[in-house]
Amino acid sequence: MDETVAEYIRRTVLKIPRDEIKMMLQKWGFLSEAQLQTVNFHQLKDNISQEVVQLCEENSADIKQAAVLDIIYNHIYQNKRMWGVYQMKKSGDELEYFDITDFKKKFKRRLRSALKNVTITFKEYEDNAIWIRVAWGTAHKKPNQYKPSYVVYHSQTPYVFVSASVLKSNMPLLCQALIVACNYHDIREMELRSHSLNSLKDIVFKRYSQNFPTHSTKPIQGRNVEPENADRRIVQENRSEKERVHRLNEEAFGSGPQPKLEFAQYRLETMFKSDPKMDVLDKKEPFRCLVKFSSPHLLESLKSLAPAGMADAPLSPLLTCIPHNARNYFKIREKKGAFPESFVSP
Amino acid sequence: HLATSLPLPSERDHLRPRIDLVVFMIDIKSKYSLKNVETSLVHVDASFFLGKVCFLVTGVGRVNACSVETNAICKLGKAYCSPMLFCELELEGIRVATAQRLVRMLQICAGHIPGVSALSFVSLMRNSDDD
Repeated sequence: MDETVAEYIRRTVLKIPRDEIKMMLQKWGFLSEAQLQTVNFHQLKDNISQEVVQLCEENSADIKQAAVLDIIYNHIYQNKRMWGVYQMKKSGDELEYFDITDFKKKFKRRLRSALKNVTITFKEYEDNAIWIRVAWGTAHKKPNQYKPSYVVYHSQTPYVFVSASVLKSNMPLLCQALIVACNYHDIREMELRSHSLNSLKDIVFKRYSQNFPTHSTKPIQGRNVEPENADRRIVQENRSEKERVHRLNEEAFGSGPQPKLEFAQYRLETMFKSDPKMDVLDKKEPFRCLVKFSSPHLLESLKSLAPAGMADAPLSPLLTCIPHNARNYFKIREKKGAFPESFVSP
Repeated sequence: HLATSLPLPSERDHLRPRIDLVVFMIDIKSKYSLKNVETSLVHVDASFFLGKVCFLVTGVGRVNACSVETNAICKLGKAYCSPMLFCELELEGIRVATAQRLVRMLQICAGHIPGVSALSFVSLMRNSDDD
């Protein structure tokens, strides 16, 4: 077995938390159950990985099998990576039959014709997701297995989820291979990024509970806005205001759990507006400013702002449009025309 | 009755009983909270300040998160001649003890304790504060 493969397997096993190593090796299926029985999974991880490498040596593992183990690790720990979303466009409207073998063949062929030194690995999952791992090399160097890109594609959808490696120069190649393999004619990067792959899927596949604005003239009577205040002796003086805020919030965010995003970023290219007498920034050029909201769960925290009294309801549509417009990166420019309001550029 | 600010919504005027005690809660972690209380104080009739108003400062356990200076709060208490209670709502023991104190004050303000009036009680509290 190649030394580099052995080292790669050793390092991959070391990444896995000790309690999960056995389970992951079983999922991998490369080592037999009998072989796994010989390993003591209660010793130091260093020693476990050495034993595993030893067994892989017996089975003559090559880089292809090692790559599958890497996919399995990254599938389970997908939230450790940052994912972006790409949208593909079809020229016609035909819904073609998706053939997985054809897809793989086309993808590999297109990628390899541009770059010989690549390692390409596929793994299919039950939820119709195809995981692709690509390790990149150059014309003269073997692929770097430690900085691969991961692509997740759900067939019959125009969306691809990518966790790229540091080498951004390989993105055009990857995009080309994808549109050829998926039978589309164009691909563009969406302004949507998050650590939670499932949340990105929820947003683009519209799987989260959406709000449908309903016309309601009177507030909902007798609704218990704060369920924990079941004590009838407590009287809320501002009940109608609380209910108004709650209703507006529900309209903006819907009633179900929100997709998990960590950032919203607004790049402002608007003019600085101040009292003309103050004579600040009299040069008529845009005031460049970047506003970034971060949170472990941004949308849930935005949803709780108005009920907590920390913001007025309704919230700015720039914040509430995030899941609906499937974007969390915005560029805001001046609106050209009579009204000095800003608008969101596509 | 809980309210987020004063004045109280007029549509509920007919449903409201007599008010015996007004407790202004200031969250020491929020400057907005102090500002809100300051603007609400203006709407309280002067007669309440003869012992029927009290300030409750919460969040004092989290020293690192203090946004409001204790000086500013104490000045407010002195300006309105009303007692200042400090508590930490996140600790159950302190929460219960504070609630008991407030209920005791309420009993006095409502006239349920013979021999003690709201005014005499608040002047008692004031004497112990200044030393």
